[in-house]
Amino acid sequence: MNSKLKQLMIGVTVVIAYAGACQAANITGAGATFPYPVYAKWAEAYRVKTSVEMNYQSIGSGGGIKQIKAKTVDFGATDAPMSPEELSANGMTQFPTVVGGVVPIINIPGINAGQLKLTSKTLAEIFLGKITKWNDQKIALDNSGVNLPDQSITVVHRADGSGTTYIFTDYLSKVSTEWKNSVGTDKAVSWPVGTGGKGNEGVASYVQRIKGSIGYVEYAYALQNKMSYAQLQNRDGQFVSPTDDSFKAAAANAHWDASKGFYEILTNEPGRDSWPITGATFILVYKSAQNAEAAKEVLKFFDWAYTNGDKMASDLNYVPLPANVVGMIRGAWKTQIKDASGKAIWK
Amino acid sequence: MPIFSYEAHLKRQAMFDLLFRGLARTSAITVLILLAAIIASLINGSMPAINAFGLGFLSSSEWDPVNNEFGALIPIIGTLVTSSIALLIAIPVSFGIALFLTELSPQILRRPLGIAIELLAGIPSIIYGMWGLFVFAPLFADYVEPWINDQIGTMSYIGPFFSGPPMGIGMLTAGIILAIMVIPFISSVMRDVFDVVPTLLKESAYGLGSTTWEVMWNVVLPYTKVGVAGGIMLGLGRALGETMAVTFVIGNAHEINKSLLMPGNSISSALANEFNEADGELYISSLIELGLILFFITFVVLSVARYMLFKLGQREGKAT
Repeated sequence: MNSKLKQLMIGVTVVIAYAGACQAANITGAGATFPYPVYAKWAEAYRVKTSVEMNYQSIGSGGGIKQIKAKTVDFGATDAPMSPEELSANGMTQFPTVVGGVVPIINIPGINAGQLKLTSKTLAEIFLGKITKWNDQKIALDNSGVNLPDQSITVVHRADGSGTTYIFTDYLSKVSTEWKNSVGTDKAVSWPVGTGGKGNEGVASYVQRIKGSIGYVEYAYALQNKMSYAQLQNRDGQFVSPTDDSFKAAAANAHWDASKGFYEILTNEPGRDSWPITGATFILVYKSAQNAEAAKEVLKFFDWAYTNGDKMASDLNYVPLPANVVGMIRGAWKTQIKDASGKAIWK
Repeated sequence: MPIFSYEAHLKRQAMFDLLFRGLARTSAITVLILLAAIIASLINGSMPAINAFGLGFLSSSEWDPVNNEFGALIPIIGTLVTSSIALLIAIPVSFGIALFLTELSPQILRRPLGIAIELLAGIPSIIYGMWGLFVFAPLFADYVEPWINDQIGTMSYIGPFFSGPPMGIGMLTAGIILAIMVIPFISSVMRDVFDVVPTLLKESAYGLGSTTWEVMWNVVLPYTKVGVAGGIMLGLGRALGETMAVTFVIGNAHEINKSLLMPGNSISSALANEFNEADGELYISSLIELGLILFFITFVVLSVARYMLFKLGQREGKAT
């Protein structure tokens, strides 16, 4: 009996020690699921290069914010940027890492990828449930020569809270006052119509399965699942297709402001080539770092990623930030992030 | 010397007995403490929502994270409707399976069929969900739902419950998938209890000229009704709490629809979908209150079932 108990206690100790060892990665972060693939890839390459490990848990933007507030991680990651007021209330600062696009995907028999053109107005009315048939006059107006079927529209949205939904509803709120007043912008909203899929993959598979449906997913999911996308009309009145270049154009035309923690949602940006539903994903860190060493490691990691990670990001269908924005971010690090004694961590 | 060691042995045994009794008692009490702790933490977590919405939470169909307005009516309806559909389908089918296995099946088929049904019970629910979404829903949308729309959807009274665009996902699909999932549970319990009916009783009935149906209905079922009801409750319990499979096919829409072909939401799938990214105290606490409601529904259903069985037993006592 006694020896059994001893064995058990040894077992428990081993398990605890093992769990402790797992947490001994050099940098820890948690948050948004959208950038997880590229962070994981960067982390792997960075580990090979420097033998510093970056352990990132993709628990969702909300979880990331909770974790950084509780100071259990070195950085948090979120798809929806924190407002400047919230940042200063929490003593944090944030910076963007990569840009991605949200793409309307459709499943209309007889219509190919990029054939359908939607204006901001028709997109909003479809998601408000006001346009219910694909051959509606308002859609047909922009699609002369396309044979639109007499089919009812099924709207597919996210069932779970998501940064993708935040970007998408932010766009609809910017272009439609009715959307802004009756639905609003958030990671989960009260959808006027439609059915919900869990995750990007859930929305993609619902749209693939339901004829006459329209949904929205991250660009990478649209590519991987070979979904038919729709062209959108941007702020300058041009119809654009979702491509790396149109996302880049939106990112380049945005008015980034380091003093506001780069608070910028890249929807409805100006520019002839800008894709209207674009968004960056952000990293949250404390302005006054308790553990200066760890904070410095975080900045070193992202500094390395900005310099060396562009190709890895593009391979995964993310859009790297324009060089001028990266310059602004490095500048902001110098002035904004300090250690306990008030000295700048990044030089 | 031998006597002494024998006594020592006895003493040791008695100590083990004591230890064992203590251990067993602690385990039993732990369950109760855990249960109380779960209820307490659920109530504690849902306090903000209870304070903000009161009883209106139960009757409100609002679910608006932007304006922090929450109500549980839609998920409650979704949970109850899908579970009812599941039982409506699963009970007769399970009864048929159990009847076949105990009375009609050739001896050689009984074991393989029985094992196959038990294997069905062991399939993880996510597999049912994926099968439902990728295989069942498209077939259902292309072949069954148009027929339902044309044949049943045009009837008066029940028509509105069965009309809508054939999407393949929705409350009806979720109910059917749930039925498939609970059939193994209900039918294997039914088979086991049918098996314990004394052969003497059945043979007497057959000897009096009863048909198989009459034996089943008038002898076997009355003899086993407690067990059968227990099996059904087991199935219902699984149907009420089932998460992944339902999430895949119910459509996850916070909308009230008359039609069973339209998407809805259930308590467990709302929790699975929204907990991760829910922020704001009221949002999280509303989700926790949903969990509390599910706990409560399950508790009430099981208590009612127990009570019904108790009453049945009492009446039986008086009749004899």
